[in-house]
Amino acid sequence: MSSEFWIIQTFNGLSYGALLFLLASGLSLIFGVMRVVNLAHGSYFMLGGYVGLSVVWRTGSFAAAVLAGAVAIGLIGIGMERLFLRRLPGQTLGQVLMTIGFALIFQDLALLIWGGDPYSIPVPRFLQGAVKAGALSFPAYRIFIIVVAVVVAALLWLALDQTRAGARIRAAVDDGEMAQGVGINVPVLSQAVFALGACLAAAGGVIGGAFLGVYPGADFEVLPYAFVVVIVGGLGSLPGAMVGSLLVGLLDNFGKALFPELSYFTLFAPMALILALRPTGLFGRA
Amino acid sequence: MMRRPGVLVGVAVVVVAAAAVAPWLPSYPLTLLTQAMIVAILAMSLDVLLGFTGLPSLGHAAYFGVAAYAVAILTTERQSGFVLCLIAGVVFAAVAAALFGLIAIRATGTYFLMITLALGMVVWGLAFRWVSLTKGDNGISGVPRPDLGLPWSFWGPLPFFYLSLVCALVALALLALIVASPFGMSLKGIRESESRMRILGYNVWLHKYLAFVIAGTFAGFSGVLWAYYNGFVSPVDVQLVTSVEALLMVALGGQGTLLGPAVGAALIVFLKNFVSVYTKRWLLILGAVYIGVILFAPRGLAGAFHRRSS
Repeated sequence: MSSEFWIIQTFNGLSYGALLFLLASGLSLIFGVMRVVNLAHGSYFMLGGYVGLSVVWRTGSFAAAVLAGAVAIGLIGIGMERLFLRRLPGQTLGQVLMTIGFALIFQDLALLIWGGDPYSIPVPRFLQGAVKAGALSFPAYRIFIIVVAVVVAALLWLALDQTRAGARIRAAVDDGEMAQGVGINVPVLSQAVFALGACLAAAGGVIGGAFLGVYPGADFEVLPYAFVVVIVGGLGSLPGAMVGSLLVGLLDNFGKALFPELSYFTLFAPMALILALRPTGLFGRA
Repeated sequence: MMRRPGVLVGVAVVVVAAAAVAPWLPSYPLTLLTQAMIVAILAMSLDVLLGFTGLPSLGHAAYFGVAAYAVAILTTERQSGFVLCLIAGVVFAAVAAALFGLIAIRATGTYFLMITLALGMVVWGLAFRWVSLTKGDNGISGVPRPDLGLPWSFWGPLPFFYLSLVCALVALALLALIVASPFGMSLKGIRESESRMRILGYNVWLHKYLAFVIAGTFAGFSGVLWAYYNGFVSPVDVQLVTSVEALLMVALGGQGTLLGPAVGAALIVFLKNFVSVYTKRWLLILGAVYIGVILFAPRGLAGAFHRRSS
């Protein structure tokens, strides 16, 4: 194994981890604030990709695609939370079955609207090509994904750590009942967090659609990754989602490159190990 | 449940009626009934965990799948007989549950759900990627019907239906004995209040762990039959959607009743097969069923029935 192999694989793992962060940070916040197990979160990723695809076909604008995907899926998220999930507070099994019901419906609707062929969202021109460093070359688009994830992470951290709304969210994560008791409107907060999570996943779907593709089944393919990130990092923890995403991105990439037959095992086995040592994840609190 | 004679008589009537009518049924409904029997074992096994212990597993298809793969590999690679395959399938499933249980039982609530999901994905990942053993996405085809050394062949739909019926009854009887035993009562106690049971001196971890292994073992029993029934095993059998479907069957029939999940399993099997005959949009309908069950029958059919009778 040459050093180029390690550098390139690490880079690929980092960029995949960056994409996972977009997907999983929202899921983690939703878990944290609402304790909702949302099995439709992968569907937001897939639907975002499809909406983005249609917008790119019409307008040719990548930025418009990301925006449209995020807004459209954010609205779907609001509808799901407000009309359905809110009726099932604390009913974990009910939430699981209901969200998987939505995931199946979304899957079939996507098949109905966009058909079964795989598509790829075209990469905007200024992000095509590669950045060369000596003998190595790094695709510009993957660098872009890392930059986006870092910016989103910084914004989320600022919002959670430095603003009043962020303080309220942290309070709701720690103890929803108490937060409600001291006058924080937790239902409104939940709605906002749910919408934000759906937006982020959909934006991830558009951005990821340019290098993973947009295809039927993408929803259930990314869902376990998002779950592993959240489990490893800990429920409702932003630093947890960051570390978890990078860890999962790297493990998955090296697993696939080094042990192709055991690649999922190399992802889930370390997760099991972490859980055996820390049942609430790396950064989670019981 | 089994203590009420009415239920026992009802089960007996239904079983005798099914066994008597079966020879006159065309082969399509007969295979659906067979499928319903096999899947009912899976749903009942999950009910031990979900309904009686209060542990919602999102990875129950793993144990079903481990056993199904064991049978598929043993029959196609080594031409092993039924008894060996049955034992191997059930033992592999039990061992997988015993290993995964060590990790999963530590967690509670949402974490339990997510950990079982991830552990289920481990099995799915191996089925999907360990191509030299599992043939990956193509799956393993050509699993023969079992040969029990009996005068009739299980290639025919009728003998195989009777075999599945007997197996489902055996599973029902064993599981009913388990949940009605003092051990089963303790499980219910844990479901109602874990802390109270702990204070009373019960080893809560061990009870939950044993329930987990028992559920996995019976899921393996179902998986063995499934491999023989379907003749084909693929990653679809261990995927997340299969695990969730088992949860739906339990929720639809009524948690903590054993018979309810069996009925739920039969309903979902029939629904899936009938709807997919008439429309390509059956996923849409199945999705709507999930949402409808939760909104309108949160305690399942058994719950709705009880409300009416009381």
